[in-house]
Amino acid sequence: MSAAGPSQGAKGAPSGGSAAASAASVGAHRPKGVDHARRQILAWGAAMAGVAIAPGITLFDLAHGRPPSEPASRTKRWGMLVDINRCSTDCNACVVACDKENGLPIAKTATSAQWIRKVELKDMRGATKSLPMMCQHCAEPPCVDVCPTGASFKRADGIVLVDRHTCIGCRYCMMACPYKARSFVHEPVSDQKPDVPRGKGCVESCTLCVHRIDRDQLPACVEACASSGHHAILFGDLNDTGSEISKRIAAVSSRQLRADLKLDTGVRYAGI
Amino acid sequence: MSRERSMASSLRRRWALLLALVAFAAPVMADGPAGAGTSRVPKPTVAAAAAGSCVEDTAFMRRNHMRLIRHQRDLTVHEGIRTTQHSLANCVNCHADPKTGRVTGSKDAFCEGCHSYAAVKLDCFECHADRAKAASAASVEKAK
Repeated sequence: MSAAGPSQGAKGAPSGGSAAASAASVGAHRPKGVDHARRQILAWGAAMAGVAIAPGITLFDLAHGRPPSEPASRTKRWGMLVDINRCSTDCNACVVACDKENGLPIAKTATSAQWIRKVELKDMRGATKSLPMMCQHCAEPPCVDVCPTGASFKRADGIVLVDRHTCIGCRYCMMACPYKARSFVHEPVSDQKPDVPRGKGCVESCTLCVHRIDRDQLPACVEACASSGHHAILFGDLNDTGSEISKRIAAVSSRQLRADLKLDTGVRYAGI
Repeated sequence: MSRERSMASSLRRRWALLLALVAFAAPVMADGPAGAGTSRVPKPTVAAAAAGSCVEDTAFMRRNHMRLIRHQRDLTVHEGIRTTQHSLANCVNCHADPKTGRVTGSKDAFCEGCHSYAAVKLDCFECHADRAKAASAASVEKAK
């Protein structure tokens, strides 16, 4: 705690006003997130500082992998950077890998679920570009806002998921999603993967291969893209300024799709 | 005279009734809680499990397995806790029928056998895999 205190104190922006008085007992070492919380609930400021600092430090040390008994940490935010210039129009490896990993039907019908799809972009001069499109794992997900049962939720590490145990299949989230990322399962499902339970009557979408992330593996599409030789998708922790993905986002120009909606997507695209 | 005869026949009838009761009750009583021996009451015929003991005491599991699984389900889905001790995948890996590799699909299968006997709806496997898979077993080992 004492080791990380000074560095966090340096980052924390102490703000003036009456709010500072309520949290004075905590001292000057406050991370940025706590300042935000204090603005919302002044009385909780002091308590929040203690809660936020302690797990922040322990989990920072466990940056590489977490044991199965450890819950997902909000210190991380998983995201992807897709470099469209490396993505090939005639390559479908990510879609195939996703279907295989998650047990989605290989032979598609009109009602088949679709977690990731290839989208063709055409500019006015006729040049086409191709990109993979999936759940963008928004920080402010509209699907979570509209869900009447709380089945659609965002995990602590930023992955947007559907809890199928509480999903009633109303499909509001499908209406709310600006990326058409979610699918409804219309037909009975058999032979599911043990890691990916899925069944008729629920909405589902890209889970960022959450079962693989929890085992410290890359999502299936990222692996497939790399093994196809394109290396177009980069996966990593957007919160960690030292991670490969954060460095690339800082270095090259990238965009969030429909950034005007201010959803703060976890999937970013470079080269659009 | 006739009165005596009717008394005797009434006594005989009572004895017969008592004997009949004893005769019918005996197998049921013998089967009692111990459950050994041949019974007229059908029991679920489930193959217990792979060698070794369950993750908890058998009597506890009979009454509480659903609570453990439901608790674990929320931890796993919402928090990403993937311990295998009380996970459904772990149940399936141990209890899958060695012949079919499944916990449902027949009256002898571990989950379905007992659930159909007790007339309790079993809907886990409408979404969850009901068979032990080599891949899943490997991942379980790794997660331990």
